[in-house]
Amino acid sequence: MTTGGGVRRVPVVAVVATTGALVAAAAAGILIGPASLDPGPVLLEVLDRLPLVSVDSGLTTREAAIVWELRVPRVALGLLVGAVLAAAGGAYQGVFRNPLADPYLLGVAAGAGFGATIAIVSAGSTAALVPIAAFAGALGAVALTYALGGVGGGGRTGATLLLAGVAVAAFFTAAQTFLQQQNADTVRQVFAWILGRLSTAGWSEVRLLLPYAVLSIAVVLLHRRLLDVLAVGEEEAESLGVRASRVRLVVVLAATIGTAAAVAVSGLIGFVGIVVPHTIRLLWGSSYRVIIPISALAGAAFLVLADLVARTVLSPAEIPIGVVTAFVGGPFFAVVLRRSSRGWAL
Amino acid sequence: MRRPLLALIALTLVAAACGDDAATTTTTVATTTTTVAATTTTTTVAETTTSAPTTTTTVAAFPVTVLGATVETEPQAIVSLSATHTEILYAVGAGDRVVATDLFSDFPAAAADTEKIDSFSLNVEAVADLDPDLVLLAFDPGDAVDGFAALGIPAVLFPAPTDLDAAFEQWLQVGALTGTTATAEGLVEAVRAEIADIQADLPRPDQAPTYYHELDPTLFTVTSETFVGAVYAAAGMENVADPADESGFGYPQLSAEFLLETDPDYVFLADSLCCDVTPASFAERPALGALTAVEEGRVIPLDDSVASRWGPRLVDFLRTVVVAVYPTAFGE
Repeated sequence: MTTGGGVRRVPVVAVVATTGALVAAAAAGILIGPASLDPGPVLLEVLDRLPLVSVDSGLTTREAAIVWELRVPRVALGLLVGAVLAAAGGAYQGVFRNPLADPYLLGVAAGAGFGATIAIVSAGSTAALVPIAAFAGALGAVALTYALGGVGGGGRTGATLLLAGVAVAAFFTAAQTFLQQQNADTVRQVFAWILGRLSTAGWSEVRLLLPYAVLSIAVVLLHRRLLDVLAVGEEEAESLGVRASRVRLVVVLAATIGTAAAVAVSGLIGFVGIVVPHTIRLLWGSSYRVIIPISALAGAAFLVLADLVARTVLSPAEIPIGVVTAFVGGPFFAVVLRRSSRGWAL
Repeated sequence: MRRPLLALIALTLVAAACGDDAATTTTTVATTTTTVAATTTTTTVAETTTSAPTTTTTVAAFPVTVLGATVETEPQAIVSLSATHTEILYAVGAGDRVVATDLFSDFPAAAADTEKIDSFSLNVEAVADLDPDLVLLAFDPGDAVDGFAALGIPAVLFPAPTDLDAAFEQWLQVGALTGTTATAEGLVEAVRAEIADIQADLPRPDQAPTYYHELDPTLFTVTSETFVGAVYAAAGMENVADPADESGFGYPQLSAEFLLETDPDYVFLADSLCCDVTPASFAERPALGALTAVEEGRVIPLDDSVASRWGPRLVDFLRTVVVAVYPTAFGE
């Protein structure tokens, strides 16, 4: 696959702006927190942890733990989750040619919730099994959606898959609710899981997510030119020699694996997958060669910033990050939509 | 998106399950004025036999009105939808009249054997089918109290108390409602005396020891303005979470960073049964191993139910706390 030609078409300003935002967000995320630590020692501490570097930050054990065990992994996890969700959202919108498509479209969220609930009910919320069960549940739900989408015999068009996704999500949500009802004593842990766990995350979550995030984003990135071809319409794409159903399967699989892993370690974080790709689309055009890579960068910056807001606004209490992504993302999106002279084009 | 709704539900449930039952639905409780007064006469009647033949023992106490609900005659079929009030019912001697309890009611053993009802997804009709003449609740999942009222079943919704006196007040209210005022008064007196005994031996260090009381692994906790906080206050301890609760809700969620900065002297795990948290698993969480309490081995697992219910076992909760903090003064 030749994708080299596409790279040059990404506007430099877009790369600079999103990369700058990401670096700034990450720095703010590491420097700002409920504990008042001076910026200098904090940066030295991060530097000290890098390979081949050894400096004395002057922080106590406890302060060093705050920086390296809490703030840095949290920023890293926010960055990965944001990048995965935004890239997956962009990919889903391209594959289904539907502006409302988000990463949870095909039942990922409901499946993950069901899987996590089974694990929590049978093994407790601290079991290492929980993210694995959530991951398996998410993939299982999407597989079911795919199977159901082909039942009609008319081939898996975008529309039949979307409808199958609605049915599967409803089914798994109902199953989860029933299971929860039967095990009222664990209801608290299930909700804590669903509400997102960026706040209690550490390096182990980052390690769990990293391989899937890299795989997912890489595969979606490799297909960005084909997404552009798909955008002109399924039949047109076929006439150009692109097998729409095959591209769809690969892209959906990659986006789903990334999303499932993100949900498994961080819970459900809404809105990133919709607002970020659309903002990029409105700012820098509707080519997926731009949307996919820039969305990943912008999504990473957006989620790190949203997490910063979530833990500082009511400090030392925290707001669920999903509330912030929707609360901040919604109006921001409206402004972008209004300012855009390009109108709504997909 | 359905997240805000989920957030709301989760908050309610967290608070509910944690404080054993809801601290959130306080708006439904208009006033705490009760009519225990009417019942206090019953015990003294025996001494003054010459006085007007007002009544014979228990009958005199009724009707009783508590928190807006009126009981006309002594209840014979009681449904308790609150684990705390189940414990109180048995402690005041009304246990033999309890016909059904909620899923969390596991103490005393007799309560665990009664018919079980899910108090979080409450079906008013199913409860009414048991034909109770008194229903006690600490959490109203919807319009349950109104539903019982419509059916003519007296239902009392108790708020989560914010101090020990408010907890004792509820014991007396349960006593009044079930015609066991004398036992309830005796119980309150005995427990007050026990607490006073413990406090008499309590060392008073210049610097009050600080604590963090964990309700669940996502760092939900209590402030001083809760019944749980009152028990620690009785042990002479100081809460680290108070500044984190600007709304006065009583059950804030902390961040690990906040916990590290306040660095409490003691960590109490009230999620050891619900969520399998142990001092070891607590120490393994990101960064929390650096807490002084972890380094000094001052992380203490509690029995979740004892540490979340404001029944007579609160004195056991208090004793566990003081023994952990002052092993030399209280340990055997």
